[in-house]
Amino acid sequence: MTTAPVVQAAGRLAPLHVRGELLAARRVGAYHHLTLAAPGIPARFRPGTFVALSVGETHLARRAFWIHQVKPMGGYGATIQIVVAPVGVGTRWLADLGVGATLEVTGPLGRPFALPKEPVSCVLIGEEYAAAPLFPLAERLRERGCRVSMVVAGRDEAHLLSTLEAKRSARSVTVVTRDGSIGHKGEVADVVADVLRREEAAVVYGVGTVPSLHAVAAAAEEHGAWSQTAIEQPLTCATGLCHGCAVPVVGEDGAPRLARACADGPVFRGDRVRWNEVAT
Amino acid sequence: MTVAGPPNVELAGLTLVGPVLTAAGCGGTGRELAAYGPLDRLGAFVTRSISLNARPGGALPRIVETPSGLVHATGLPNPGIDQFLATELPWLLQEGARVIVSIVGSSLGEYAELARRLGRAPGVSAIEVNLSSPDAMGSGFFDVREPFHAAGAVSAVQRDLPRGVPVLAKLRPDVLRVVETARTVLDAGAAAVVVGNALPAALPDGRPAGLSGPAVRPLSLRCVTEVRGALPDAQIVGAGGISTTDDARSFLAAGAVAVQIGTALLHDPTSAARIAAELAVDAAHDQERISS
Ligand SMILES: Cc1cc2nc3c(=O)[nH]c(=O)nc-3n(C[C@H](O)[C@H](O)[C@H](O)COP(=O)(O)OP(=O)(O)OC[C@H]3O[C@@H](n4cnc5c(N)ncnc54)[C@H](O)[C@@H]3O)c2cc1C
Ligand code: FES
Repeated sequence: MTTAPVVQAAGRLAPLHVRGELLAARRVGAYHHLTLAAPGIPARFRPGTFVALSVGETHLARRAFWIHQVKPMGGYGATIQIVVAPVGVGTRWLADLGVGATLEVTGPLGRPFALPKEPVSCVLIGEEYAAAPLFPLAERLRERGCRVSMVVAGRDEAHLLSTLEAKRSARSVTVVTRDGSIGHKGEVADVVADVLRREEAAVVYGVGTVPSLHAVAAAAEEHGAWSQTAIEQPLTCATGLCHGCAVPVVGEDGAPRLARACADGPVFRGDRVRWNEVAT
Repeated sequence: MTVAGPPNVELAGLTLVGPVLTAAGCGGTGRELAAYGPLDRLGAFVTRSISLNARPGGALPRIVETPSGLVHATGLPNPGIDQFLATELPWLLQEGARVIVSIVGSSLGEYAELARRLGRAPGVSAIEVNLSSPDAMGSGFFDVREPFHAAGAVSAVQRDLPRGVPVLAKLRPDVLRVVETARTVLDAGAAAVVVGNALPAALPDGRPAGLSGPAVRPLSLRCVTEVRGALPDAQIVGAGGISTTDDARSFLAAGAVAVQIGTALLHDPTSAARIAAELAVDAAHDQERISS
């Protein structure tokens, strides 16, 4: 292939470590949507970046969350919104946090999604809460004149982010649930090839579980599209310091390497990840 | 009243701007940390342990959270000494960082070769010999079980270094052995000892690993106290779960001349800078008191 049709925007600003405040919490389906004041972070946001939060007093590892939205809220200027799936000690702690509570927030972290140079057709595929960064991405792509289609997938309807909002963000939306409670019954892997063909996709963005991202990257390769996949791996520091979050990739020189999910990712070119070796 | 000068610290013949250093393996390549505060405000930046050849690091999971600690077996991923000297060191020096290079070898020959290559590199302030990797055997490193092993590694490094590049020996916070080990490495030519590294532990799946963080802090502090008591002339750098300025103060009060911040950086990348700034205020107050 020739040079990539997608580019990293230049001049990314360094992340910040700030004291944030929980301004609002809302339950939607299986998730908790939290709005945080995190001074300085909204202005630095690019879709695909995330924040790391400290949970409780004695938990040393940080917890990572996609930045879902950046929007102004009365009196606080810009705020960030995250979507929390309560699955373990830290995420439950966050879900139970009262409005007004303060917590340490670091971000925006990681390498964001690269954007196309031309106004091409883009397919955005997100699974469960991890579809969060696709909404602001869709907005940026539309501003560039790209045609945007979305696939939102999850185990059931409660584990989908707003399909209504998706319909506002994209020209077409494909809904996939494992139990068939809404949309197609099945997995991302079952629909991705068809959607890429139908949309004549030039660039595919994916975020979700490793098997789904593998399917997205493979379908993109097959279709001749570029893929940008955002990978979640267990993180400790989330800031690139500890080297605990290795993702097996192929370097630009073609040599196998271990990259850091948090600092070299979380967004990787789909054709650069050695999917069979990624920890799931 | 006189204006307080910078609260300089003398360590192993080096003059540092303060007593707060990063701990090996917790500051990334330096670039990641520099995003949160200038590296030249720290006493020194201690690199992750660098080996002769590149190491990809071990299998996942590498790090697991445990109450008040982290259990880790990263396998010490690093680009190897040549790549480090070509790409990472120049950047650190350009940022104005004082660089202490942590090294790890699989044999005495490798330690000597590392020392030769580092000795030729301009700008290295000191070398820290990692004698306490908690999964040394499993990772193929030179195994330091007995004090004479530690002394062997220090001598091997020392012999091949030009004068003026001090060697720090980083020891395990094993209260039963630490005094004997400290005495032996100091006799072998180490300019200072770093007391406190991960304690041998296991990951939930049983793989050998190290335990770091606040959980080991009281053990490290006891080790510093023991070494100070037995070896009043030894220069000691305290490490192990230091997370707050008060933690750092207690290590300094126990006789450490400097402290290293490790796990705390993984939780809060601004912690070392904050502790350094707060200790600088202490030092300024002390000077004021002395001179008034
Ligand atoms: C880049 C990135 C973005 C993410 N975005 C979101 C999001 O928007 N919404 C959301 O609900 N979740 C998100 N996650 C997953 C979320 O970080 C984990 O579910 C969370 O850390 C689990 O913490 P816990 O204490 O509840 O679970 P526990 O299982 O108790 O966590 C134990 C340890 O494992 C780590 N861990 C376990 N599972 C994961 C995982 N899947 N990813 C990262 N670390 C893990 C934790 O950090 C902690 O150290 C994201 C993860 C990454 C890497
Ligand atoms: S989690 Fe520490 S380097 Fe990625």
